[in-house]
Amino acid sequence: MPPRSAIRATESRPRARCESGGVHYLDHAATTDLRPEAAEEWLRVARQTGNASSTHGAGQRARRILEESRERLAAVLGCDPIEVVLTSGGTESVNLAVQGLWRSRFSGRESILLPDGEHHATLDTVAALAAEGARVVPVALDGVGRIPADAFAAGLATDGVALATALVANNEVGTVNDAAALAASARSASVPLHLDAVAAFGHLPLSFAALRGDAPAGAGLVALSVAGHKIGAPTGTGALVVARTAHLAPLQHGGGQQRGLRSGTQDVAGAAAFALAAELAVAERAAEAVRLSALRDRLVAGIRERVPSAELIGHPDPAGRLPGNAHLLFPGAPSESLLFLLDVAGVSASAGSACQAGIAEPSHVVQALGRSEVEARSVIRFTLGRTSSDADVDAVLAAIGDAYERASGAAR
Amino acid sequence: MSGGVDSAVAAARAVEAGHDVVGVHLALSRAGGTLRTGSRGCCTIEDAMDARRAADLLGIPFYVWDFSERFREDVIDDFVAEYRAGRTPNPCLRCNEKIKFAALLERAMELGFDAVCTGHYATLVDGEGGLELHRASDAAKDQSYVLGVLNAEQLAHTYFPLGSTPSKALVRAEAAERGLSVAQKPDSHDICFIPDGDTRGWLAEKVGAEQGEILDRGGNVVGTHDGAHAFTVGQRRGLRLGVPAPDGKPRFVLEVRPVSNTVVVGPKEALAIAEISGERRSWAGAAPAAEEFVCEVQIRAHADPVPARAFVAEDAVRVVPDEPLDGVAPGQSAVLYVGTRVLGQFTIDRTVSAVPVGV
Repeated sequence: MPPRSAIRATESRPRARCESGGVHYLDHAATTDLRPEAAEEWLRVARQTGNASSTHGAGQRARRILEESRERLAAVLGCDPIEVVLTSGGTESVNLAVQGLWRSRFSGRESILLPDGEHHATLDTVAALAAEGARVVPVALDGVGRIPADAFAAGLATDGVALATALVANNEVGTVNDAAALAASARSASVPLHLDAVAAFGHLPLSFAALRGDAPAGAGLVALSVAGHKIGAPTGTGALVVARTAHLAPLQHGGGQQRGLRSGTQDVAGAAAFALAAELAVAERAAEAVRLSALRDRLVAGIRERVPSAELIGHPDPAGRLPGNAHLLFPGAPSESLLFLLDVAGVSASAGSACQAGIAEPSHVVQALGRSEVEARSVIRFTLGRTSSDADVDAVLAAIGDAYERASGAAR
Repeated sequence: MSGGVDSAVAAARAVEAGHDVVGVHLALSRAGGTLRTGSRGCCTIEDAMDARRAADLLGIPFYVWDFSERFREDVIDDFVAEYRAGRTPNPCLRCNEKIKFAALLERAMELGFDAVCTGHYATLVDGEGGLELHRASDAAKDQSYVLGVLNAEQLAHTYFPLGSTPSKALVRAEAAERGLSVAQKPDSHDICFIPDGDTRGWLAEKVGAEQGEILDRGGNVVGTHDGAHAFTVGQRRGLRLGVPAPDGKPRFVLEVRPVSNTVVVGPKEALAIAEISGERRSWAGAAPAAEEFVCEVQIRAHADPVPARAFVAEDAVRVVPDEPLDGVAPGQSAVLYVGTRVLGQFTIDRTVSAVPVGV
């Protein structure tokens, strides 16, 4: 029998992939371009053999680069070099801080103060500790995604809080918290605080020493997480700033490097690249904030013009959110469909976290803002970064109207 | 792309045929397993990864789309409801009818696609009167039965590249040749949402296991059971009968009555069915012009088709097989064939025994 010939084509199709002549990347919060200087520095240092723990000449040379990198990071982060513990990234830093503080807690303290909407590295770590007996004291976010300072303070005052953790700025909706107020509250309550600065570092002014102040040991800000790949350093670099007086149990045991807090052969090339990237990021921070905010504001305004029902999620005031973060709700349009159509149009964006199988899960952060699960599945996060330009904004604006129309028609 | 070898090769052929292909893995369960442990179950994270790697090899975009809610409503809940009602559902059929070639197809069309392509073993042919669905070349692998529930509009937007391949072994060989890592991956069978294969146990949890009576056709109690849902018409195993049959021969389930939580048993001869009928039907193309015609009917995915006469009326489709059929369970789909062509199907509501009651 004759094989079936042509499949009947539908009448219309969305814009072909990359018609605009290239991919427009608006997912800088997920990861951003490796800075060329950081790449060069990494390669230069990586080619020099030496274990920084060895006592011979080669080891000493590697050690010198490592410790210089640590000093440079400390200068950028506003802490002492000894307080910089190099890790493999944000997730490890968060795990080390939360688990570490928990395992060295004062006896009798059995709760963890956990705001809603934290990153999964924090949520899942706390969940694991809860399974071991930790009691979770939640703090609800307000409608724009901020951790309310009074609610945080009230939570700290409950009985037996062993540690508190909080985002400096929310990685999904971009809302900036009052880190100074949170740190001050923790200090007053004599509770150790971990701040997750993974999304904030390089975009907001940040000083560990300023936030810690002269808090006594074990109180106030004691740990701060940052990640390299978010600021243009290689993936696999990061740090946890740990106050010199902090009590923190290590996750990883072995050679005792880094105050015994994080054993393991140290990534000298990574440290060098991370230090350089951090310096560059912080040096351009203020100017970039202005530039990215302007691009972002044009993006948001343009989207709302083309999709009047689209709603900006998070802080409405540009100054209250991370520059470059545009998080929007598109009523009636599933994120899955929108992301696909944007991808076809050469625009890369995201929507909450993806599970290991690759499904876009309904954003827990959006739900923490009081939205429904359906709404939490109809959001898109656009984030601009160092390499973003007007062309990227234009590409989104050219695609979003058609994408919304199709996606809301395909909604089931 | 399920992560299996069939959909991987289907995708490869679609790409080779010059189509603009995007691979989609359907997330049908929220509580999916991580690793594929054996040939039961489907759509674990490992399966999603296998599908992704196949897409990578073929150079096509890959997405995972969440249809778990629709799947739960249209397939899983329906499965439970049918057993509760004493019927025997076919969830794979329901999935094709409601998810793969409905919910997914609808979304695909809205997003600008022209067709859903799968690794099903079936063939689409341009016939005189339009598009026709036919059996696959490999009779052992033919899956036209579970596709019998598709209508003309759905078929117009489907594509089955594997239908013409004479054997599954050749598909595997092709996969190996193409460098697809899933070439030797075992086929999944049984029900995808019951990974350990224990349908009975799974149903007991959902429907509840309530002890009830087993009756003979005269209404006499001949045993007890732990839940009527565990039984299907034609079943012989699992019957705890305290009273042996007068003729000493094995007894089979004739009927499941969920309302009274009873199961009726009888001799093999009593399983013989002279006529099947049902109201809900679909045609794989134009509805048949004649009200009465000769055809073949197949009542299970792995049953042989048998010659029969079909009568199509507005209120029901009736089929009278030339020889009585054994063990027909209400809820199953009766797919009608003319030669290798699928005409359509109906869901069996009623059966008429070939043997008068009381014998």
